Amino acid sequence: MNDVTVEPPLGMLAELTHRCPLHCPYCSNPLELAAKRDELTTAEWLDVLDAARDLGVLQVHMSGGEPLLRPDLPELVTRAADLGCYVNLVTSGLGLTAARLADLVDRGLAHVQLSVQAADATRADQIAGAKAHSRKIDAAAVVREAGLPLSVNVVLHRANHDQVAALIDLAERMGADRLELANTQYYGWALRNRAALMPTPEQLAAAEPIVRAATERLRGRMEIVYVVADYYERFPKPCMYGWGARQLTVAPNGDVLPCPAASVITTLPVENVRTRPLREIWYDSVSFGAFRGEGWMRDPCRTCDRRALDYGGCRCQAFMLTGDAAATDPVCSRSPQRPVVDAILAAQPEADVPDFVMRAPTVARAEPSRTQTRAGSR
Amino acid sequence: MPGKPRLRRGVRLTFDRTRDTHVLLFPEGVLMPNATAAAVLELCDGSSDVGEIAEKLRARFRGVRDQDVADVLARLETRRVVEWT
Repeated sequence: MNDVTVEPPLGMLAELTHRCPLHCPYCSNPLELAAKRDELTTAEWLDVLDAARDLGVLQVHMSGGEPLLRPDLPELVTRAADLGCYVNLVTSGLGLTAARLADLVDRGLAHVQLSVQAADATRADQIAGAKAHSRKIDAAAVVREAGLPLSVNVVLHRANHDQVAALIDLAERMGADRLELANTQYYGWALRNRAALMPTPEQLAAAEPIVRAATERLRGRMEIVYVVADYYERFPKPCMYGWGARQLTVAPNGDVLPCPAASVITTLPVENVRTRPLREIWYDSVSFGAFRGEGWMRDPCRTCDRRALDYGGCRCQAFMLTGDAAATDPVCSRSPQRPVVDAILAAQPEADVPDFVMRAPTVARAEPSRTQTRAGSR
Repeated sequence: MPGKPRLRRGVRLTFDRTRDTHVLLFPEGVLMPNATAAAVLELCDGSSDVGEIAEKLRARFRGVRDQDVADVLARLETRRVVEWT
């Protein structure tokens, strides 16, 4: 074990279900989703919430999949709020009626995070693989009428990056307090679509001044958080602000992970709330201790002047791209394995971008394959 | 100062027994205000201006100046915790 002082966690991502009405090609959930029959029961989730608050968790993000698909969501919101947690709903907006939201607000819901796929319905519905866009506009209005703060989350990629200006306008019209424009992170299903999702250098260059000007113009009204594709960066992201440092994720089946993508690290012995208390998992488990602090680091991280800034980057990315979860995140320009990332960027097609592989199962539609082709070839 | 400070929509001030400290909960995360900031924040009700907040604090603490309160509030505004009505 590392000689590290372990602080209590601040936040918990509660992935209530992997079921989702959308089929986004950039989905970061694992390739193999938890089946409905394996989902934690209501009683089990209530115990998880109790244990999480006891451990020190102050923020609970009700997420998924689509958390509104769980009929017990109101009960879980009540419990989390009664425990004194700040409760955040991360939703596609589908199924978020005024009546359902009013009930959740009464029970203590504090904030809604709404996903948006593109700036116009045609393109957004192609990317979502469902007729969803107009329902999201309605959902945003419902959130505003309820008086709740609203964050709009957009995952950026090659098929919507040219819409950055229109997306900012849309979020403003929706009345968002906060807009997150975050480039795709290549985990789970998204990794499969990387060649189709990776933005071009030209797209990134065009977006930068637009975002900068809008951030200035909207200061004090709408906060814009812009995250570029880390493959194009010189230094890695400070992933999770350190492994096992602030956050934990509970997957639909009760698996407890130091980050939402950590199930890709197949060498990690994953714990489950059904077999071990949450407190022990946070403080004593091999998986949470594996990359805590700096003791696990090797060169060049071990002696790097940036190691307290970015914690060596992302363990999942290191594992996926190098096969070694303790390696320096290969997006780092100081990593000896940076050529792996450069090779991926160099191999990006300039034209004839591959079609999206939509997150299955897609909803039966008249011409599903045609829709996918057009979304992917933008 | 532009008016009367209040917590931004979606920001909650509460006391965390696990850490034995005040905490500010908001969409982007959690802040742990120091004792001074917490005392100021408890008085940010949207109907008191800086002078009135400082006056109330002087009843509890010695030597609080209006400028001290204004400085704390400016920092909290930068962190998107308070806004002005």
